[in-house]
Amino acid sequence: MKIKFPRWFYQLASPKWFYEISGKLLPWFVVATVLLMSVGLVWGLVFAPQDYQQGQSFRIIYIHVPSSILAQSCYMLMAIAGAVGLIWKIKMAHVVAKCAAPIGASIAVMSLATGAVWGKPTWGAWWVWDARLTAMLVLLFLYIGVIALTSAFENEASGDKAAAVLSLVGLVNIPIIKYSVEWWNTLHQPATFTITEKPAMPPEMWIPLLIMVLAFYGFFAVVLMARARTETLQREKRTDWVKTLVEEY
Amino acid sequence: MGQFASFADFLAMGKHGLYVWLSYGIFLAIILYNVISVVINQRLFFKDAKRRLRREQNS
Repeated sequence: MKIKFPRWFYQLASPKWFYEISGKLLPWFVVATVLLMSVGLVWGLVFAPQDYQQGQSFRIIYIHVPSSILAQSCYMLMAIAGAVGLIWKIKMAHVVAKCAAPIGASIAVMSLATGAVWGKPTWGAWWVWDARLTAMLVLLFLYIGVIALTSAFENEASGDKAAAVLSLVGLVNIPIIKYSVEWWNTLHQPATFTITEKPAMPPEMWIPLLIMVLAFYGFFAVVLMARARTETLQREKRTDWVKTLVEEY
Repeated sequence: MGQFASFADFLAMGKHGLYVWLSYGIFLAIILYNVISVVINQRLFFKDAKRRLRREQNS
């Protein structure tokens, strides 16, 4: 059976088309991200009420929760892009997967580090070998493994394939992170946001948090697009359209 | 302003100033790292590619 995809799916696979459309979209994403991030930061740091148990250290969640969510979403995107690249041999998918890895790794570091800084005043320890924390650390190692594998091969295509396979295998870690707070008796508190239930916090606490989550996604879109643009040029440097771009630069 | 009586109060963050500002420092550093590395990568590419192109045209 042959599946027929809409036209944009094939266009997306064209490096030149991606370069042009991402150049047009990028400024809008930058504006949206800067707006969301400024509103979210000021609201979270200055106007949101303090927690009656945690006091002001509660404000760390405005970066800890979004970075944790993004670190996992970014991993899923990277694995899906890798799978698309493997199955349909679309080179742009591998470009996206390769560019997502270092961003995801840095965001996982942010999640772990801000969690540690929050843990010290709240739990009394920077680090505990809790299921959620350990699974997050595994996520960081998976990112590092994917980055290392991508560049470990002389042949670019082999590196792309190997990294895609590793990221797909590592996908098993995502539900482990999600359900770790339910499967094991952990110190880490359960999810802040769920689709089915209302948040346990008052709106003046979770609305800025939601804004920060959106801001992080916007930021991710910006750096991923920008990185993928350069990577596209790098891989297409022998084509005429890239040579023309370089001449005009 | 907001939840704080004064700017000093805001910086102190109850008694958790060190933890809050350390977290936000990490956040800022990682955001900046991402933005700067993107810009540097792009500049390096164009510089390299330009040099390569000139060499090709000369030979």
